[in-house]
Amino acid sequence: MVMHEMTDSEIILRVEDIHKCYGETEVLNGVSFNVRCGETKVFIGPSGTGKSTLLRCINQLTVPDSGSIWLNDEEVTHSGPLINQFRQKIGMVFQNFNLFDHLTAVGNVEIALIRVKGMNKADARKKALLELSQVGLLDKANAYPAELSGGQAQRLSIARALAMDPEVILFDEPTSSLDPELTREVLEVMRRLARAGMTMLVVTHEMGFALSVANEILFMEHGKIVEQGSPSDIQTSPAFARTRQFLGTFHDD
Amino acid sequence: MSILSPAIIDSLPYLFSGIFITLGLVILALGLGLMMGIPMSLIQVYGPRPLEYCIRTYIWIFRGLPILVLLFLFYFGIFPMFAPDVGPFWIAAVVLGFRTAAYQSEIFRGAIQSISEGQMLAARSLGMSRFCAIRTVILPQALRRALPGWTNEYPILLTDSSVCYAIGVAELLTRGNQIVARIGDPMTVYIIVAILFILLNYGGQWIFGRIENRYTIPGYGHGDA
Amino acid sequence: MIQLQFDFDLLLPVLYQGALVTLALILVSAPFGFLNGIAIALGRVYGNRFVSKLCHGYVLFFKGCPLLLLLFIIYFGLPSVGITFTAFTSAVIGFILCNGAYNSEYIRGGIQSVSRGQMTAALSLGMSGMQAIRSIILPQALRKSLPGLANEFIYLIKYSSLAYMITVIEITGAGKIFAAKYFAFFEVFIIIGIFYLALVTIAGQVIARIEKKIAIPGFGGV
Ligand SMILES: Nc1ncnc2c1ncn2[C@@H]1O[C@H](COP(=O)(O)OP(=O)(O)O)[C@@H](O)[C@H]1O
Ligand SMILES: [Mg+2]
Repeated sequence: MVMHEMTDSEIILRVEDIHKCYGETEVLNGVSFNVRCGETKVFIGPSGTGKSTLLRCINQLTVPDSGSIWLNDEEVTHSGPLINQFRQKIGMVFQNFNLFDHLTAVGNVEIALIRVKGMNKADARKKALLELSQVGLLDKANAYPAELSGGQAQRLSIARALAMDPEVILFDEPTSSLDPELTREVLEVMRRLARAGMTMLVVTHEMGFALSVANEILFMEHGKIVEQGSPSDIQTSPAFARTRQFLGTFHDD
Repeated sequence: MSILSPAIIDSLPYLFSGIFITLGLVILALGLGLMMGIPMSLIQVYGPRPLEYCIRTYIWIFRGLPILVLLFLFYFGIFPMFAPDVGPFWIAAVVLGFRTAAYQSEIFRGAIQSISEGQMLAARSLGMSRFCAIRTVILPQALRRALPGWTNEYPILLTDSSVCYAIGVAELLTRGNQIVARIGDPMTVYIIVAILFILLNYGGQWIFGRIENRYTIPGYGHGDA
Repeated sequence: MIQLQFDFDLLLPVLYQGALVTLALILVSAPFGFLNGIAIALGRVYGNRFVSKLCHGYVLFFKGCPLLLLLFIIYFGLPSVGITFTAFTSAVIGFILCNGAYNSEYIRGGIQSVSRGQMTAALSLGMSGMQAIRSIILPQALRKSLPGLANEFIYLIKYSSLAYMITVIEITGAGKIFAAKYFAFFEVFIIIGIFYLALVTIAGQVIARIEKKIAIPGFGGV
């Protein structure tokens, strides 16, 4: 399907030999991969294998011990204060949303536009409302995070990331704290994003989503990528069988 | 700052004996506040409406007025009218005590109200009278819960006691000022007084902390019993 | 006994003048005490080890030292080392130093109760640490610490009377001087008492209004 165009498009993000230790434990043990523009990569693996740490290394919320990250052939690692510019181009969506609790929905989306991008308030408001409508939250624009359901909250945090016009978005288990019903509405938004050509790195246990949306699935264990391939290739791999085991059953929607 | 001069060293014993006056004020006030605060809190929670309003008004007044105004009012206004023979130390102790009673009553009220209703029901179901239930079931729990808030009255009283300088109680600050008037060098004297207050403050809090630890009951920090 | 005829018409203008000074003391000290509290709290939470220790020491000293003694140090002590302030300025400085120490404790509690994810999310959007503190952390922390800050403001109102002890003729001092002259302590201090009760009560109401106005769903005090 889209796979052929994909191989031709250029590499947007390079992750090279990332190592990270916390004390004695080696959380990331040499992780490398490339991400092409418009591609969706899904990371799967037991908890504690360093998936979150990997995503946080990409935008330097966690600084790796060694290895390098490149966005459009510019080095993200060791970028000093420039990191704030890179982070604008690398959106992030968290498992527990991390919405700004003191701001309304529209406030959550526009705050970084105003403070970071220096947009004037009227333009920021306009763009924020546009992003909210993209995730179906226009009617909740003036609601506070505490007044949103989990699914709405996660869609809002996607809108907040999208507003910065990122080149890549990192999703760290975006549906893990949601009920199945709410999970579906969030996955639907992500599916649309992928189809629209957004470059996405997604950590998730939603195998159905992975198989139907990912261009590539990467299995991680003990800080390493142990298997990677297209959804059709990967279903025969031993890692896939093990994943099936630890996930138990998984819903395919 | 100058090195301690002989004149200052000579006056240190006089200054240090002010510690007893200061601590005397604080301890008397804490005691008076406790004796008044517990019944006041009980009236607030269990008492008849009119009495409850009286207590609330008392608390409103004694929490709302500056300590200096209270001291002046009692020292120059009330005591001369009704008990002219009482000296400044006792007046100060009464004023500090009345004031902390207002705060303590609120602390105890909060603690009593945090005890779940089930405790009273259980006690009554055993045939206890209301009074007996309050005394043997509610208060012992409430007082434990109130302890951290109550001990916090200590640093407040200690620092407030220095205001009794205004009516001539010979506590630490007053003595410090007397020494300054006699030999000068205000900075050195005041720093010494400040160090004494700070030591008394954190030393006292440390002791109260030990007491709190002794009276904690497992699983009895926060939340409902 | 009575040396001069006590008269309310004489008393009220005197108290009015004093009340203006009291209000000036409070209104000048409060905003700076607030800012001071923020600065100390930020220093304690985000400062390096040295700054953090320094701010902690600041809090321990100014909470441990009686305010009246602090005023004496500033007004009577500092001139002996060549630093002189007017009585009014000395009082304001003392109030700011002391009020800031207490405020910082509440603000620090507020900052620490903001979840770590808030900072992470702010950084992930490209905010600098400073921007995140200013537009994400502090607005939340200050909201959470508002009840405590309000309490300290009420204390500031009451302790402003201590300025009289360093010769600032605010309302307590004005009343005391008048009362001594006319030997009418009881009447004078009842009126002054009413003034403070009114001030404290009104301040309490205004604060409650503000709290209500800036209340946000899912956002109680600490
Ligand atoms: N800040 C940290 N300090 C110490 N250990 C950490 C920290 N963050 C993560 N870890 C450890 O690193 C390992 C990998 O964590 P994580 O990246 O969250 O795994 P995953 O997202 O795959 O579940 C875990 O064992 C975790 O305890
Ligand atoms: Mg994780």
